[in-house]
Amino acid sequence: MTTLDSSPAIEAGPVLDATIGAGDGALVRVPAGGRLRIVDLFGNQAADTLLYDADDIDNRYSAFDTIREQQAVFLTTGSRLLSTRLDELAVITDDTVGRHDTIGGACAQESNVIRYGEHVRHQHACRQTFLAYGAAAGIGQRELGHNINFFMNVPVTPAGGLQFDDGLSAPGKYVELTASRDLLVLLSNCPQLNNPCNGWDPTPLQLQGWWS
Amino acid sequence: MALYTHEVPGGAAWSTPVKAGRLVTLTALGDDANCSVLLVGADRVDRMNIPDTLKAQMSARILPPMVLMSDRGLALASVVASTLDWHDCLGGFGHDAHLARFGASSYQADRNAWRRAARTGLVSELTKHGLGERDLHAPVNFFSRVAIGEDGSSLAFVPGHARAGDTVTLRTEQDLLLVLSTALHPMSAADLPAGVRVDVELAPAVGTDDASYTFRAESARALEMTRRAVA
Repeated sequence: MTTLDSSPAIEAGPVLDATIGAGDGALVRVPAGGRLRIVDLFGNQAADTLLYDADDIDNRYSAFDTIREQQAVFLTTGSRLLSTRLDELAVITDDTVGRHDTIGGACAQESNVIRYGEHVRHQHACRQTFLAYGAAAGIGQRELGHNINFFMNVPVTPAGGLQFDDGLSAPGKYVELTASRDLLVLLSNCPQLNNPCNGWDPTPLQLQGWWS
Repeated sequence: MALYTHEVPGGAAWSTPVKAGRLVTLTALGDDANCSVLLVGADRVDRMNIPDTLKAQMSARILPPMVLMSDRGLALASVVASTLDWHDCLGGFGHDAHLARFGASSYQADRNAWRRAARTGLVSELTKHGLGERDLHAPVNFFSRVAIGEDGSSLAFVPGHARAGDTVTLRTEQDLLLVLSTALHPMSAADLPAGVRVDVELAPAVGTDDASYTFRAESARALEMTRRAVA
């Protein structure tokens, strides 16, 4: 396992330090001002992520409001992650990858069938993980908006094209969010086997949190 | 066979059920028209999902003969014709904050010419059908184009993309709820939103030589899944 960076600001040690296995997920409550780091332990592992205002889950992350207001398609350090009410939910305060997708959505059994054919219908997919971990907070199908895909690379072109590429991430790279208000972070460690978003081999992620 | 026509003035919102097998043609009634559209499937839960629509068809814009797909992997509608080859699906809907540049506007002062954002209208229309804010997904902004810079590093609204008379035609693949707003695109610098005419007619029978079926294996599978769901 890769040794993690240890910058002076985090020497106190995280209050959350968990490994999320391939195909597993998490629902994490992050208080305002708290920092949540997602570490791509083995590289090229998509971390499908949704954010909710902990006090009102209808005030949730909005991919397309976020990219319009920053006038750029990819997320990186400085990106303000906005809600469907244009509230700032979190800011990306550190990123050793450089860019992350938010227009590619999450995999689901049903969209996998559309993309790859009927034979993949019963493969595990992010939507099941979102629904399983979201249930405790009342997050069901209607509460699933369009997500962030940390560590995933979905280039778009001036001609209006889009493709799924091999990731830019590598073992030990990470992204860090600072919560702008009390948040629920719903995460699926993507189990997709049919495209390069997980390097064809889903691997564990590490979640670390610093807050008081 | 034409069934009916309805004109939606600029800045307004509207919703209507549309049965399967209809052609719905939107016509821009002025330059720089914008029509932010949400679609919900026959069960009034299954929403149009733009990320799934884009990644299944490897596009960052909407144009014929793409199939508009749902959360549950069904074809909701096919884009069968358009005078434009680019309809925005990255810019989202406008908020009240985007109207600030016009100064205060209210029904008290402006009556039915008051400024309203797309989001307000879309939520109002969704709520009439038992849905609401939680059902907001990304819309297609028909008639608008947001130019994508090299490597996605910038997004810029393209003024003058749509002219009066431009059209787009959708074929409904199942019974749908059509929800739309004619408010300005949130990135537009235009002063006044243009209206949009909606024409609904019966669609001719569709064979497997249909352009949306033959476009990609993914579009054919989405149409096949809808055929099974309504069989």
